[in-house]
Amino acid sequence: MQALLHQLLSGLANGAIYASVALALVMIFKATHEVNFAQGELAMFSTYIAYTLIEAGLPYWVAFLITLIFSFVTGIGIERLLMRRIQGKSQLTAVIVFIGLLVAVNGLASSLFTSSIKPFPSPFPSQAWYGTTYLSPHEVGMIVVTLVVLGIVFAFFRFTRLGLAMRAAAENPASSRLVGIRVGWMLALGWGLASVLGAVAGMMAAPIVFLEPNMMGGVILYGFAAALLGGIDNPWGAPIGGFMVGVLENLAGAYVVGSHLKLAVALFVIVAVLVFKPSGLFGRTVVVRV
Amino acid sequence: MTAVLELRGVDAWYGNTAVLRGVTLDVQDGGMVALLGANGAGKTTTLRAICNMGVRTRGEIRLAGQRIEGQPTERIARLGVGHVPEGRGTFLGLTVDENLRLGGYLRRDRKVASDTSKMFGYFPVLRDRLFQQAGTLSGGEQQMLAIARALMSRPKLLLLDEPSFGLAPILVQEIFRILRVINQEERMAMLVVEQNARLALDLVGQVFLLETGRVVASGPPQQIAADESVRRAYLGQ
Repeated sequence: MQALLHQLLSGLANGAIYASVALALVMIFKATHEVNFAQGELAMFSTYIAYTLIEAGLPYWVAFLITLIFSFVTGIGIERLLMRRIQGKSQLTAVIVFIGLLVAVNGLASSLFTSSIKPFPSPFPSQAWYGTTYLSPHEVGMIVVTLVVLGIVFAFFRFTRLGLAMRAAAENPASSRLVGIRVGWMLALGWGLASVLGAVAGMMAAPIVFLEPNMMGGVILYGFAAALLGGIDNPWGAPIGGFMVGVLENLAGAYVVGSHLKLAVALFVIVAVLVFKPSGLFGRTVVVRV
Repeated sequence: MTAVLELRGVDAWYGNTAVLRGVTLDVQDGGMVALLGANGAGKTTTLRAICNMGVRTRGEIRLAGQRIEGQPTERIARLGVGHVPEGRGTFLGLTVDENLRLGGYLRRDRKVASDTSKMFGYFPVLRDRLFQQAGTLSGGEQQMLAIARALMSRPKLLLLDEPSFGLAPILVQEIFRILRVINQEERMAMLVVEQNARLALDLVGQVFLLETGRVVASGPPQQIAADESVRRAYLGQ
């Protein structure tokens, strides 16, 4: 029973990372109907920036904040300089550009930072809090940081004028232009925010998976699974999907398939959702005549 | 009297297909103008050309004297053109309230709230539906929402693409009555595209008749309505 509880809780902690990644994927999907395969690599690169800043002697949270700003600007830059050039082109073009971006960022990180595995610090104490042994302080911190960030993102979309404009631009670009919204910039902002979410996920994951250019390879798969499970067009579904996938992964790893085959759980979820309920648990079914 | 909108010899294309050929028309300050014509005559394209929506144009388009052709759509909205597009352009997944707030997106003044309640005066049903998703509204309610959304920006010029489309006749009467009130009370200039020629002729002060991309007749509605060929083609007489 204790072991089960432990697996459940630490599944939630992993799920926090998947939730951020999934929400980042959903945000870009909502706006462009494209899945950003490079999301994980961008997160990894941001984490290297944080690492470099911390190594240079900056306090963790200062480095954290600068990394978020760096990621935001980078995300906007990628949209403005690269993605807007392929707007209106075929889906295949977008997929190829995303894969190119993935490979390029991965290669850039390897050459700039070398591909040796580095430990990444956790900002949370290493001693267990309140004598609990179910969750490490880092795991608790991961969940808290993720919930705070998700809360801010949802409040931004729900309560601010800019957030409303971004939702409008994603839903109906033509009408948005007619009311004066700069749709191109809204897409760029979406990319910026998605990169910020990715950076948070990367920095929270790095103390567990260690820092190296391929650190997000597994995480991004769970993130895809989470986004699909929650419904790829539903921003509320993404975090729920993230936590569900985290728990499922841990339980399956502990009791069903063993820890070596945990990644297969993500692939299983992806295939199962696409076969049995392509709209996900909370998504809408959209029928398109082609 | 000055013109809020002037088109001078405007050509327009979708891809390589020419749709408008040398369209020239004016909308006077505070004027109400109808653009009539058969399906495919280029009425919607004229509105899209004004807002630079997915159509290539050549020629001169002026808003309050200023050249606007080739400007991005959102800039033209900022310059004071409200547009109720073909198919209403409702943000279906957002609430009625959010749709109205988007209408006032560009405004920084404090009168947005009082304008919102003015919209409820024109269209009381919007207040009852305020926090519903716009996609759950009936066609008539969505049309009212689309008009209210465009009005929320306090445009100098309101473009309306078939406000009667798909609505029950009684509702059409009501919407046109309200448009007339707004035109008179706010001195807001309007350019209305309409299939229902009879209705439009009752409403407006000036008519332009389009045929296969050209303006073939223009004048006050009485004069247009008296024209033998117009009566046969558009009024079924």
